Amino acid sequence: MEENCLLKLRGIDKLFPGVHALNNVDFTLRKGEIHALMGENGAGKSTLIKILTGVYSMDAGSILVEGKDVHINSPQDAQNNGISTVYQEITLCPNLTVAENMFIGREDNLWVKQKSYEKRAEEILNSLQIPARARQQLGNCSLAVQQMVAIARAVDMQCKVLILDEPTSSLDDKEVNMLFGLMRDLKSRGVGIIFVTHFLEQVYEVSDRITVLRNGELVGEFLTEELPQVQLVAKMIGKELDELNNLSEGEEHKEHTGEVFYEAKGLSSSETLPFDFSIKKGEVNGFTGLLGSGRSESVRAIFGADKVGGGTVKIKGKTVKINKPVDAMKNGIGYLAEDRKRDGIIADLSVRENIILALQVMNGFFKPISRSESEAFADEYIKALNIKTASRETPVGSLSGGNQQKVILARWLLTHPDYLILDEPTRGIDVGTKLEIQKLVLKLAEEDVSVTFISSEIEEMLRTCSRLIVMRDRHIVGELKGNDLNQAQVMKTIAGGESS
Amino acid sequence: MMKDKLRKIAKGGLGQLAIPLIAIALLVIFNLIRDPGFFVIGLSHNNDGNLVLQGNLISIINGASELAVLAMGMTLVTAACGGQDISVGAAAAIAGSVFVKTLKSGAGISGGKVFVAFLLACIVAMIFGSFNGALVAIFKIQPMIATLILYTCGRSIAYWINGGATPTVSSPIITAMGSFIPGIPIPTPVLIVIFMTILFKLLFRFTSLELFTQSVGINGSAARLNGINTTFIKLLSFIILGVCVAVAGSIGVSRLGLINHETLLLDIEMDAILAVAIGGNSLGGGRFKISGSIIGAYVIQMLTITLYAMKVSSTDVKAYKAIVIVILVVIGSPVFKEKFGKFMNKIRKGKDGYLEKGAEKA
Repeated sequence: MEENCLLKLRGIDKLFPGVHALNNVDFTLRKGEIHALMGENGAGKSTLIKILTGVYSMDAGSILVEGKDVHINSPQDAQNNGISTVYQEITLCPNLTVAENMFIGREDNLWVKQKSYEKRAEEILNSLQIPARARQQLGNCSLAVQQMVAIARAVDMQCKVLILDEPTSSLDDKEVNMLFGLMRDLKSRGVGIIFVTHFLEQVYEVSDRITVLRNGELVGEFLTEELPQVQLVAKMIGKELDELNNLSEGEEHKEHTGEVFYEAKGLSSSETLPFDFSIKKGEVNGFTGLLGSGRSESVRAIFGADKVGGGTVKIKGKTVKINKPVDAMKNGIGYLAEDRKRDGIIADLSVRENIILALQVMNGFFKPISRSESEAFADEYIKALNIKTASRETPVGSLSGGNQQKVILARWLLTHPDYLILDEPTRGIDVGTKLEIQKLVLKLAEEDVSVTFISSEIEEMLRTCSRLIVMRDRHIVGELKGNDLNQAQVMKTIAGGESS
Repeated sequence: MMKDKLRKIAKGGLGQLAIPLIAIALLVIFNLIRDPGFFVIGLSHNNDGNLVLQGNLISIINGASELAVLAMGMTLVTAACGGQDISVGAAAAIAGSVFVKTLKSGAGISGGKVFVAFLLACIVAMIFGSFNGALVAIFKIQPMIATLILYTCGRSIAYWINGGATPTVSSPIITAMGSFIPGIPIPTPVLIVIFMTILFKLLFRFTSLELFTQSVGINGSAARLNGINTTFIKLLSFIILGVCVAVAGSIGVSRLGLINHETLLLDIEMDAILAVAIGGNSLGGGRFKISGSIIGAYVIQMLTITLYAMKVSSTDVKAYKAIVIVILVVIGSPVFKEKFGKFMNKIRKGKDGYLEKGAEKA
């Protein structure tokens, strides 16, 4: 036994109806270590964390905290054992102050005076160098700061084990660095951090050790410095490594020649400034820029998702009016929204119903798709996109993130769009599915479908797009194609300054 | 197809219908033990000399007709808007008043006139439904608050329509609507419920109403981005409920042969909401089953009649009803289902589970 062992999971087993989510998994966390938990979606990461935090109960196995056998049956138990979690979605109250958020719901301070806990909060914020004031409303802080406040809350609750579940997925580079600073600081204080992320670079930047899961089984535990990135990916997906290499070698970025499918002049919505944009048949383009640069808002304007301001839109040379999503759909445009949970899936409906939804809307209210027809559609796309689901009648909310995304993709593919807008289709999903989606985009382009592909991972866009539109502060600041399509040039254009 | 379904049922896969069906079954068994003759159905001649079906079961099914019709519409509103319409009783009084007012205009009552009167009642109820719907769908007011307005003023409006009187209508056609059509032994309100059920089934079969309503109820934002007009769907649910209100109001009037704006379908809104809940539908909107709500309506009515048959005084009935309903609603709650599922798993696993638990405590 290592003496600085903080948390030891042995032989964890969890069965869900039809799925062996975790099969005899071990996991060890040491003091003062940042330990990355890696795996594809459906690998069992979330399940393991939920067992550790008392959301699920395990079917077999044991949990040891500092050598002591503990039973974790509720989130409260987890907290009492010094295990705190900061989730991907921030679970604090934006309309309370930072200090209130840090102390809310803690038994020990029922009657503590406002002044004293504000003072205490200020101390913690200072010691962790978090750029927030105790009396500031939390909602006014940036996402990164909110995340850090959540961490500060956990730290003040004397946590020994801190679980960060996808903490960086909605942060920009600067904010990520701030967060990493905080993580390293905590590490030096002896806190053990479990870090779950999909960003490989971040794993290498900050973690000491990596545990890889695949299909609910433990692949192994590795020292980060001894495991090259390519091998990590190989361990996570188990195969298709060559394919990944092939794809990442890059297409030659030929400029697309073809007939213009969609053209907008001075298009604006309640969320964007007027902009011009056009896309050719069979072209894949991308919008890039930092979060808040207006890339998502721009594609939403194309689809009519927000209140339309003005501008003219031509499709195949003919002027059309797109005021709401259904107008865009009737003109052959499909849109996969950025926020899958909020704007994509209808969680309680079945996979089948989710797949036919957009087509049904286009067919109209009085022409329902018959049951047998919809079953055939669902089966076809479950097979074509390799959607992992117990059956076509399973509620889509119970699928893993990657498979939910595939269901929404299927929904739009079923409408046979001429122009498909994909806003962050690869966010928060596993490497294998990411790859499948990128391949799908290229295949669609070959079939003369125009695609707009947005991703916060620039490499993905460089791999798929033949033209990149760069945005900064809600303005289009550049359009890159041909030889300019490389990481350095994209970064330079996003950052601005020296580039012309 | 059929075989699959049977197999599913055999496996206990009744889904949300399990609770209301079990409730019905328990009530039936309870009554059979209490009084083996409780459900005897007989054929006899009524006052008008028609050969008709009679018995407790018939009066239960007959008596629940208005409630069943309202529960159907309420299910749709609940599913689309995630809230309930508490003005259905008051709106039914308005619809009933319009119905009677039209019948009383001019001399004599012909079949055509009854039809026109019903049509007018429908239109008025649909207009009030749109008013509620507009408040909810366009102005985004919570359904209960929005419909509180009509709940408060509805019976006053009904009062004005007939100038404060409670006029009676006597016509063989109205009598037939409220009780029996000569030659048909089944009560007419029951036939109307069957007709409405078929109408809803057809509506779901030949339109996308079901899919769209569920989508709007579960995730309005995603539904909108998939091109569904969420405002229209919510408005439509209230308009359809308006039709149900007119039907229920007309049945109520026909039964009594008069309109009493103060008492017609009084307090029925709460029973209608309850029927939706007992039917296993989430009151927060989303997935729904109309059949569940209809069964829910019969559960409520059977419970009431059973209590009356046990000579419980009408003031006490409500209290006893509440007890049974608390039990039903708790059993149907997700928390209970989860706990029950865990409990069953433990039993299946045998004693190990218990031993472990004991060790934990020690």
